[in-house]
Amino acid sequence: MSNQREQADAFLAQMDQFANMMKQSIGVPVLLDQKTGVALWWDQREIKLRFVISVEKIRKFFEALSEGKLLATKCKKSGKILFPPQVDCPDDPEDEVEWVELPKEGELVTWTVIYVKPYSFGHYNDYTVGIAKLTNGVQILAWVRETDPSKLKVGQKVKIEIVKREPEGYLTYEIVPVQG
Amino acid sequence: MGRRVAIVGTGHSKFGVRNDVNIAELAYEAISKAISSAGIEKKEIDLVVTGYVGGWSSEGLAPVVVMEYAGLTGKPGYRIEAACATGSAAIKAAHDAIASGEADIALVVGVEKMNESPTPTVVEFIGRAGNYFWEFENFGLTFPGYYALYATAYMSKYGATEEDLCRVAVKNHYYASMNPKAQFPRAITLEQCMKSRYIAWPLKLFDCSPITDGAAAVVLASEEVAQKLTDSPVWIESIGVSVGTSNLSKRDQFTSLNAATLAAKMAYKKAGIDPENPAKYLDVAEVHDCFTIAEILAYEDLGFAKRGEGYKLIRDEQTYIGGLIPVNLSGGLKAKGHPLAATGVSMAVELANQLLGKVEKGRQADIKNGRALAHNIGGTGHYAYVTIYSLSKPRA
Repeated sequence: MSNQREQADAFLAQMDQFANMMKQSIGVPVLLDQKTGVALWWDQREIKLRFVISVEKIRKFFEALSEGKLLATKCKKSGKILFPPQVDCPDDPEDEVEWVELPKEGELVTWTVIYVKPYSFGHYNDYTVGIAKLTNGVQILAWVRETDPSKLKVGQKVKIEIVKREPEGYLTYEIVPVQG
Repeated sequence: MGRRVAIVGTGHSKFGVRNDVNIAELAYEAISKAISSAGIEKKEIDLVVTGYVGGWSSEGLAPVVVMEYAGLTGKPGYRIEAACATGSAAIKAAHDAIASGEADIALVVGVEKMNESPTPTVVEFIGRAGNYFWEFENFGLTFPGYYALYATAYMSKYGATEEDLCRVAVKNHYYASMNPKAQFPRAITLEQCMKSRYIAWPLKLFDCSPITDGAAAVVLASEEVAQKLTDSPVWIESIGVSVGTSNLSKRDQFTSLNAATLAAKMAYKKAGIDPENPAKYLDVAEVHDCFTIAEILAYEDLGFAKRGEGYKLIRDEQTYIGGLIPVNLSGGLKAKGHPLAATGVSMAVELANQLLGKVEKGRQADIKNGRALAHNIGGTGHYAYVTIYSLSKPRA
């Protein structure tokens, strides 16, 4: 069976094919809705949507992944740890941040298994997204390495691993249930 | 506080897959009814506020496209966006303009044409309605997924079951079966819901609101104008608004929406409603049931049930007509449909008609207190709007 992205692409290709037939017969890409028979214009313009996002101020976080470390920022005066990392302390404009390493142990707070996926995730198998609370109280959202919901429990012990996401081949982090 | 503001006209399109109309034609279905039911002429409108989320539909500047089509070019106007709470935000913007004296008559329209894109693209856009970089880019959360995180935590903490969630769907489909404007005007059984496929565990297909095209509109007027136009204005008594964290990981618990709790508190305070027993002051509520778990959370965040007991309210059928407080007699987002920006305005239309005793037989609430509540959430508690509508003129 094809994955969800292939199914979505096949649907679009079919629409294109119908539109091309209509262009040949009536001169315009006007299709008839299969359910209701109403006329629909098949858009002849297509864009690729892909963003460039600044990570300059938090580049340490990404550099540390290759050293196997998960970093956060900490407000020096208040001691508050910020994750996702940010370089401005939201509670005090005078406070400054420093980089700290996060613990890799914690417990599972909640999770869900995603069966119906966004287009850009349609090439993956079903995946689990969860939130873990680390031993210092910081929470982190990531994929959980277990897709059988009956094997997961709120409060169960987990660890965080730095992993390579395939097929894209880039470093990210994952929540891994600890057995026993 | 400013001047008092009332709804003096309402319009509502049929919700559903509306391939038979473009976005302007769809919006005009609601606009034309709202204007004619208000008994005003277009030239009397001082301000047009259009709620529109978009992304999935072709027109980027929907407000100007809609205003040109509707013959409203030249007037002040702008677009409002607050995710799924856009409609309520648009009402608040127009309300504030009238309350301040900037306008006497304002038209509010919420419109969405979500079916212009294929489903995986719509799933993608709504999945991005949180924190894109930290929670979508790498982890591909979907909108059902966000609320599923709450469902898992809630069920684990309080012992609610998947059947309890499905009971919400059964109720809302039952009332939608009497609402000709609904996308799914048909009843379902508990078994049908329980047998539907998983979308984001533990949420199944019948726990989820659909992808919807639709429009709703209201005409708002100042006290002086409203009393000239109609004997039966529906007053906006109070509005509470709160914004939650963008990252779900930054929230301290996943069994209630903090923003909704805060918005309810604000709205109750302004309206003089006892937050310990709000149901006593209200006749009917429309709550944001984008997913069944969201309705159960709403019962608790609004104070209809104690923490951890919301699911018992639906188990005991206390949110049907005749219960503690009837909820989502329109069919809710779940069965009426959820065209994002139209939803909050649709709630206003429904509640105005409920208060005036003008909805279809079988889904009309008993109106004793003359008060109704709309609970409209944007994202997963990213925005929360609680609006109280009233037949009695509010305190100044």
